[in-house]
Formats: sequence, structure tokens, C-alpha cells
Amino acid sequence: MSGRLATGGRLIDRSRALEFTFDGRRLTGFAGDTLAAALLGAGEGLVGRSFKYHRPRGIVAYGPEEPNALLGIGRAGRFEPNARATQVDLSDGLEAESQNRWPSLAFDVGTLNGLAARVLPAGFYYKTFIHPRPFWKHLFEPVIRRAAGLGRAPRHRDDDTYEQVHAHVDVLVVGGGVAGLAAALAAGRAGARVMVVEQSAHWGGRAPVDGDPVDGRAPDQWLGQTLAALEEMENVRLIPRCAAVGVYDHGFVLAAERLTDHDPGAPGPRQRLWRIRAGRVVLAAGAIERPLAFPGNDLPGVMLASAVRDYLVNHAVFPGDRTVVVTNNDDAYHTALALVAAGLRVPAILDARAAPNGLLADAARAAGIRVLAGHGIAGVAGRQRVAGVKVCAVAGEGAVVEEIACEAVAMSGGWSPAVHLWSHCGGRVAWDADRAMFRPDPAHPPRGADGTAMVIPAGAANGRLSPAAALAEGTAAGTAAATGQDRIDGSDDPTGTDIAPVWMMPQGAGPALRAKAFLDFQNDVKVADVDLAAREGFESVEHTKRYTTLGMATDQGKLSNINGLAVLSQALHKDIPAVGTTTFRPPYVPVTLGTLAGEARGDLFQPVRATPMLGWHVEREAYMEPVGLWRRPYCYPAPGETHEVAVAREVNAVRQGVGILDASTLGKILVQGLDAGRFLDMLYTGAMSTLPVGRCRYGLMCSEQGFLIDDGVVARLSDDAWLCHTTTGGADRIHAHMEDWLQTEWWDWRVFTLNLTEQYAQVAVAGPRARDVLETLSGDIDLTAALPHMHWTHGTLAGIPARIFRISFSGELGFEVAVPAARGMDLWQALLRAGQGVGITPYGTEALHVLRAEKGFIMIGDETDGTVTPRDLGLEGMISKKKADFLGKRGMERSHLAAPDRWRLVGLRAADDSVLPEGAYVLDAGRTENGQRATQGRVTSTYWSPTLKRGIALALLRHGPDRMGQSVDVSRIGAAPIRATVVAPCQYDPDGGRMHG
Amino acid sequence: MAEVTVAPLTLPGMVTLKADLADARVAAAVRAACGQDVPARLGASLDAGGHGVLWMAPDELLLLVPDATATVAGLQGALAGLPHLAADVSDARMGFRLTGPGARAVLARLTPADLSAPGFGPGQVRRTRLAQVACAVWMTGPAPVDLVVMRSVAAYAAGLLQGAAAAEAVAPLG
Repeated sequence: MSGRLATGGRLIDRSRALEFTFDGRRLTGFAGDTLAAALLGAGEGLVGRSFKYHRPRGIVAYGPEEPNALLGIGRAGRFEPNARATQVDLSDGLEAESQNRWPSLAFDVGTLNGLAARVLPAGFYYKTFIHPRPFWKHLFEPVIRRAAGLGRAPRHRDDDTYEQVHAHVDVLVVGGGVAGLAAALAAGRAGARVMVVEQSAHWGGRAPVDGDPVDGRAPDQWLGQTLAALEEMENVRLIPRCAAVGVYDHGFVLAAERLTDHDPGAPGPRQRLWRIRAGRVVLAAGAIERPLAFPGNDLPGVMLASAVRDYLVNHAVFPGDRTVVVTNNDDAYHTALALVAAGLRVPAILDARAAPNGLLADAARAAGIRVLAGHGIAGVAGRQRVAGVKVCAVAGEGAVVEEIACEAVAMSGGWSPAVHLWSHCGGRVAWDADRAMFRPDPAHPPRGADGTAMVIPAGAANGRLSPAAALAEGTAAGTAAATGQDRIDGSDDPTGTDIAPVWMMPQGAGPALRAKAFLDFQNDVKVADVDLAAREGFESVEHTKRYTTLGMATDQGKLSNINGLAVLSQALHKDIPAVGTTTFRPPYVPVTLGTLAGEARGDLFQPVRATPMLGWHVEREAYMEPVGLWRRPYCYPAPGETHEVAVAREVNAVRQGVGILDASTLGKILVQGLDAGRFLDMLYTGAMSTLPVGRCRYGLMCSEQGFLIDDGVVARLSDDAWLCHTTTGGADRIHAHMEDWLQTEWWDWRVFTLNLTEQYAQVAVAGPRARDVLETLSGDIDLTAALPHMHWTHGTLAGIPARIFRISFSGELGFEVAVPAARGMDLWQALLRAGQGVGITPYGTEALHVLRAEKGFIMIGDETDGTVTPRDLGLEGMISKKKADFLGKRGMERSHLAAPDRWRLVGLRAADDSVLPEGAYVLDAGRTENGQRATQGRVTSTYWSPTLKRGIALALLRHGPDRMGQSVDVSRIGAAPIRATVVAPCQYDPDGGRMHG
Repeated sequence: MAEVTVAPLTLPGMVTLKADLADARVAAAVRAACGQDVPARLGASLDAGGHGVLWMAPDELLLLVPDATATVAGLQGALAGLPHLAADVSDARMGFRLTGPGARAVLARLTPADLSAPGFGPGQVRRTRLAQVACAVWMTGPAPVDLVVMRSVAAYAAGLLQGAAAAEAVAPLG
């Protein structure tokens, strides 16, 4: 089993032992360990179960590519599922638990699935479980849910806080290895604003572990000197534990920084999302080692060769006493040499190549390591972890020539540049056959707004694997990025060209062995599954991915993609570039939701818009409802009053006395200029240019398609200025609509618009006593016959400069008073005092709705839904017949919009005077071609009318206005339809005597 | 934290003027209204008392003046016959003042605009976002930083600013 050496470990502090638990067992690691390193050091080889077959899984990798070690970390308000043990810094008292096992990690019922592997092939979701349907719901889905469940969602509110920070830099360097630090140094010396993000807690990338000299110096020496130089530069910021996760248009990059994950409970935010606008990105993200596909390659103890030496050199952790190295390239020899140097045994290096004879191979032989050229692995002995390997010739079908006892296997299938961030925003990759890797294609970079490349790849991310190439390319990329260049001349370094591609080991493996060679460890996708997908006709790599679930796990195929598509290309007898890669999408590594939310939680989740009188409403314990982002009073219940009773009281007050409504949320847009009248004639269906100064006119606005989008009262302020009221939700939208037309179509019209919604507080004063109340307030405004219905005036009211519009949405005598917003509360209080004697009553939005529905007035969003024309609503009179054109004119002339059998506005009265159900359909005889009940209309507004003491409703009904007095059936859920009579929309004061009074 | 203080900013009268900003009559009218020249793109021309004019858009200025009503009347008189719009917007916005060396860092948490020292300074204005709402930010001198948001979202903005100022902030790159 794995364990910890007595000495060594360049990143650990042996004087600081840290205790942690894994599935309740107390274990010990050292400061500087990741959780993965500490687990391996403590001999924990088994860390999880695979998704489909529940096979035992151990740690494979050292970085974010780890597919298996996904653990639940912490508890309660600090619990996080699916944490990658390789990316969790060990902290004292850390609690970790394995996932996807029941009842325990060692004895897992789900492994029975392994016996059933033959019935869970590729596409099993699609094939097996679709039919018969009831089985899916009652049998398959519950079983799969129980067995799957990679991690459970946290059930507690998150105890931590998160923040987001915007940064603007000339050069963003992704990756703090040799190439990245060299780029930062060059860019920093050129005077650029530079930010370097490194996903791990340490700088230098692979160089300190691999040990090859950098710029003629020992890697740690070079690293120390370089970091010292960078830290002296004020224009350079180095950020460790910060993963760049996505590259977007215009050089926008997201990066997630882990601030206190290594010290839970420390003050300050737990994570920080950097939102970076970068002039240029240097991609120095390195490369990811590929596994080899050989039978049994998923057993705990089989690891990536690079990971083995990372754990060994950085943490003094070894995977087992005896490690067999299996490779198709020179790089894995580093691992063998490092193991031997640490006093561990390497029984053999199995090299798939016929004649490995590079410097590293010579060094291995010189160190006494047995090198078996042309050999590979035909099987791995052991049930829960590696006990030995069965050696075979790579060229054959897998006949076992020798068995070698060992506790670990270090595998290397070559390296894949981390091209993800290059690809997020359109960069393409090209196949480099000499190195068997996809590299960034310099001919097709992700391009910025100016057409130049946003990203410059360097070093291993560019497929150049040696430290010398990383240094040269990094320096060149940093200089280029800082000086406005968008590309570099790549290095011609040959490192990596010694590879012999091996996509299945042994090459001639039959179905039995191919069914044991795993490509995607987390999702249990084997070579045989991809073969099967190909045989079933899945030729596209994207389709194969979805059919087999290859690369769909939380590691997003970092290990499996290239091997999988190579296997597919072989099965299809195509070249690898002809098959291509799947699409790389952000995020590169998972980002926790709290980080994406940032400050937007609790009270700051969303802005709440407040009118100047909101505080009064809240104090009065009004029942509030959201209207867009505004909060508006729905009603003001008196103590002990239900909402229904409160609404009825408010309606009655307006009908019989006087009520006031906070109407400040209504949109108010000033339109001014020599062409303003012409402009408004185009926007509204009616004529606004002919409106005299001092008058108001109700207007309808349509989209180009002829559908009603907004309504409101327009007041002409002066010769060249109009004030357009919009609906509460329409203010911003209609202002944008105006500017859209002005800026793109009628840019030469002399018109300016200004959204004045926030400048004014507005109060509707409605009811037969409205004038009495206003006249009680001191002022210079004549509100008698001098101000008829649909006129406006201005002056001073209660000492406040005010505009008074005589308009009515209730059908009663009505005024709307607009004052500067800062005086809104003064006006409100003055009105309440002035109306005390006549029982002035604040009313909310629900009373407003009832009042207008009694009058048959339409409400945008109730009677309209984007498919309704003014004609549908009986508002033909609002459509000018004189105007040559207006927005929507041609649209509403189209045959379907002008058809006589459209659903049109009527009133409905239930036979028993009850309130019809909201959203109910008016039923028709027969059924539709889909077998549904035919309909001929729908209820759009329905209320209890306290005025009429019965239910009232507005509805859209086929041929509606021609059917007055007819009976129709209105649907009810769970009950028989209810009879209703077609009546006029206006059910109260149809001749309008009250509002003109 | 002691590094940044967030306080309400008492705003003077405010007037929106929309017109052809290149027109000489507009320049003269603005100078007469607030004693300042029409600022260049993204510019703020303000005196020590906080009066002056902010550039808001290619055809829009925001004048900060002692008496908005008089200013509107003055502008309308001066610009008669020239296409323009002048309106009193003194009540449409609420202001905040950020005092202290961490002001830029606090704002970097909330706004996507580059408010680092190389990107933004005295004599400039930025119309940008404060988390989810619109804002305008300007500096009259080396410090402090002033900003306005629409009146209805003032409580939200205050919550954002207090929250962002409460924890230690990362200073933008110099």
C-alpha cells in the first residue's frame, strides 16, 4: 500500500502535523499536503466508487484532472460535495467523506452492477430504460438515483461569504510554471499591468519536480530568483490558488481564487471570483498526462506517472513498495528514476516502443532498472487494489508472458496540452502527429474585437514540453502580449516526439480485454463502449460522447477525451484529426455557486426599487407585491382584516368617497424636439401631434408586428414637448424602444427622449370627493371646470410644485398629482391630512385592478400577452385612420390579425354570479386534432366586484362582441364547467358620467 | 473598515441637457449655466464646490448647479430654436461619497469599469454598473470618489457599498 517516506517532501512541513478524518477515521498529514497527498500518505488507496459499476477507485492524478477522488468536505454550513481531493489543501480538523458508496466504501452493494456490466453497455440510458415506460418511473430511476448520486447537495445555508472583483490588466498570464513566470517577467519588464493566476498553491509548475535545469540553474533556484524579481514589480500581481475557468469575448476571463479553503473559518470571503478584462492572455496552463488504456487500468494503485513523482517529490508519498512503470514515451522514465532514487523498487519499465534508447532510457538502464521494450500490460491482478501486472507483447492479442508482483502502476500515455481556455472562445486545435497531441492552431486563434488573437499559448500548453522551450516561449509571449503583438514564433523543441501512440494496450486486444480497459474512470466508459457506439453508427465524436457518457463527468474528460476520440477514430478507420475533439466549454474546473453569486444574496440578491412612499406603506404593514423590481402595496389590511375584505373596503372608498394610490412607479418619458410630434405619431396608434398643449390623450403602442406592447396617458407640455406615461413594467423597455427607433431608423429626426420616472413621485387621487380633498390643500390651482377630464395643469399644491393630470383609471373623478420625488412623502401626508374628514383611504394595486375591471379598462399583461391587437380589445377607435404610417400598422393588416374570428374582448358574468376561475378557458364543442378539448376564448381578468356585489370578468372570445347575451361554458379544474353570459366589458357607469363629473 | 468611509452625498440641483455638444451655442449656454466648458468624452468639469458638468453620453450632459429651475429656464432661453432638451432631474438620483485610500478597491468589487489609478482619475466620469444597477462615478480631485444611482435603488446601493467596504479589499493594479 501507499505510504510516507521518513524524509523528503519539498512542500511539506513535518513539524506541523495536521489531523483530519476520512469517513470518520482519524488520520494525519502534514502542512503543505493536499488532501489527496495526505490520504495516500496515510495508506488510503480506496477513495470512491465509480458511477455506473461501483468499482473501487483510487487516486489517479495530482491536479484538477483527478477523476476519482471526489469527496464531501466539511459539515453543515461548510459542507461541500464533489470536492477534488487533489485540489483541497489539508487543514487541521478537516472532515472528508467518500461518496457514491452504500453501505460503506469497502463493502459496496453496487458492485453487483459490475457483474451486470454486460447489460449496462454504452447507451444504456437510452436503450434499456426507455421502455416499458412504467418501469422507468417505478424501478429504474429510483435504483439509478440510489446507486449514482456523486455527492449530495448541501442542505444548510452557506456559512461563508464570497466576493467578486473586477480587474483590468494589459496581460493576464494563466499558469505559474516556467512559461507563465517567464511571460510575466517579460511583460512586467515591458511596463504592462500583469496578473498571473496559478491554480495550485505553488509556483513553478512541473519544473521543480522533474528537476531539469531551467536557464542553466536548478529549477528551485531559478524559481526563487524569478519570483523575487516579480514580487518587486508594482505592476505585477501573482495570485496562487486561482484557477482561470473561462475565456470569453473581448478578452474577458473569469478566475476563481480560493482564499480561506485552506484555513476554514478564517475571516473574510471564502472564495473570490476575478472578472478580468485582459488586453491579451498568455496561456501557460501546461499539459495533462494521459492514461493508457489497458485491461484493469482502473484498479486503485494505477496512477499517472507524473502524479507518482509529484507525490513522491513534493510530499514524500509513495504509491507502493514496488511500482511498475508502463509508458509509450520517455517522460515516464523520470518517475522510475525518482522512485529508485528514493529507495523504492521499480521491478520493470514496460515500454510500448520497440527500441527506447533516449537519454532517460539509458539512465534507467544505468540505474539497474529492467526495461522491457515492446511490452505492455494485459491485465492487473488484485480486487480492491493492485497486486501485480500481467505482461504481454504490445503488438499481440495479450498473451501473458510474465507476471510481475507490484503494489502500484505508473502509467504514461503521453501529454495533452491544456488547450481548454484557448478553445472556449473559438480557438481551434490542430493534431500534431509527431507528438501525438492536439495543439493550439495558430491559424485559428480566439479573436478579439479587433480581429487579433486574444490568447497566446506558450510552453507545454502550446505542446512544447521542455523547460528550455517553456522559458523561450514564455518570454516571447510575455513580450508580445505587452507590446501589442498577438503571436509568437513557436519553439521547434523536439521533446515529446519520441512518443509511440498507443490507444489500446495490447494493440490486438479482443472484446474481453477491451471491456476491461477504461477510458473514463468516473463515468465507467471503456474501450468496448466506444467500439460499440462506433458499430451502432455514432460517427460524430459529439454524439459518441453523449451516447457513452465519455467525458461527461465532473472532470469534463480531462483524462479521457483524447484517448476516447482516438479509440473512436480507430473503430471508424479514420484519422484522429478527421474525428476531431468535442467542444471545450467553461468552466475549466468546477466553480462553487456561492462564488458565482458573490454579493448577490440575502437583501442584496436583487435590487428592490422603492418609491418615495415605500417606507410609509411598510410601516402601515401594507401587503406588498413585486411589480418588476418595484415593491407596491397590494392592499392595506386593517388589523384583523383579510386581504379580500381590505380590497373591498378600498374599492368602496374610491367609489363612494376618495382613495389615494402611490402611482410613482408609472413610467414617465419626456419626448421633446421639433420632430417629437411626428415621432410620437409613429410610436402610438393614435395621433399625438394634434393634441393641444394642456391636454391629455390615452395612447396605445404596438410592436411592428401589430401587437399591443404598452399603453398610457400622454400629456402635451408645450409646443415641442410631450410627457408619455407608460406602464410600471414598461418604463425602461419603452424608453429603450424609443431610443432604438431614434438611433437606428430615424437618426436624423430632431427628437430627444429622457426617462423621468425617478424624478417624480405621483399620487392618484380618485373618487367623488377627490376634488374636495385637493381643494382643501392650499394652492394656486383651479380644479373646477377649468380642468376638465383629460386635461392637465400645474402650480403649487400644499407648497409643493406640482403637475396635476385629470385622468381616471377607476372610472371616478380622478386626478394624478406629480411632484419632485423628494417631496413625495410630503404630498402623501398632506393628502392624508386633507382627506381625514372624508375618510380618505390609501388603496393598493388589487383595488386598482378591480376598479378598472369594473369599468372594462384593459391592463397590459392581463388582457394582452404579446399576441393581442388593439382591435382584439375593441380599441379600433384608438387607431388613427388618417395617419400614413405608424409602428404596427402594416402588421395588424395581415390576414390573421385582421381575421373576423379572432378572440375579442367581452365581459363574462357567471350564471351564479360567482367569480370565474383565473385563466379559465371558454369551452367549444368537440376536440382539437391533438385530442384536447376545443376552446373559443379565455378569461383574462376576474374579480369579485364589491360595487356590483357579484363576480365580474373580462375575456377574449371568438366573435365576442357579436355574441352579447349568449351563454358559454367556462372551464374549471376538477369541476364541471360553469355557465356564463356574454356581457359588455364595462359593467359600471357605462356612459362615464362619474369621471367626467 | 477604517480604510473607506461610505457616506451619503448631498447633491446640488441637477439638470439633464441633451443637444449637439459640438455646437458653439451649447458650449456658451453650458458655460453660462455652470461656469464650465463642455467636457470631452468621459470628462467631468467640476469646481471645488462640486458644481459643474458631467459628460453622460455623446449628446447628453448632467449639470450640477445650485438652482436647477433657473438653470433649465436659462438653457431653454439660450438654446431657443436649437434642438435640445433640458430638464430638472434633481430628485431622480441619490449620491454617495467614498472617502479613504481603499475607495477604488471597494468599487472594483462592484463595478466593471476600470477605476484603477491608470484607468480613471480626477476630471473623469464613468457611467457603469454597481452590481445590478446603473451608476455614474466621478472624482473632483485626487480623493474622494463620488457616485450617483437612481433614487429608487439607493437602499440597495447603500447595502452594496457598505458590504464591499466592510472587508479588506484588493487594491487595483497600479
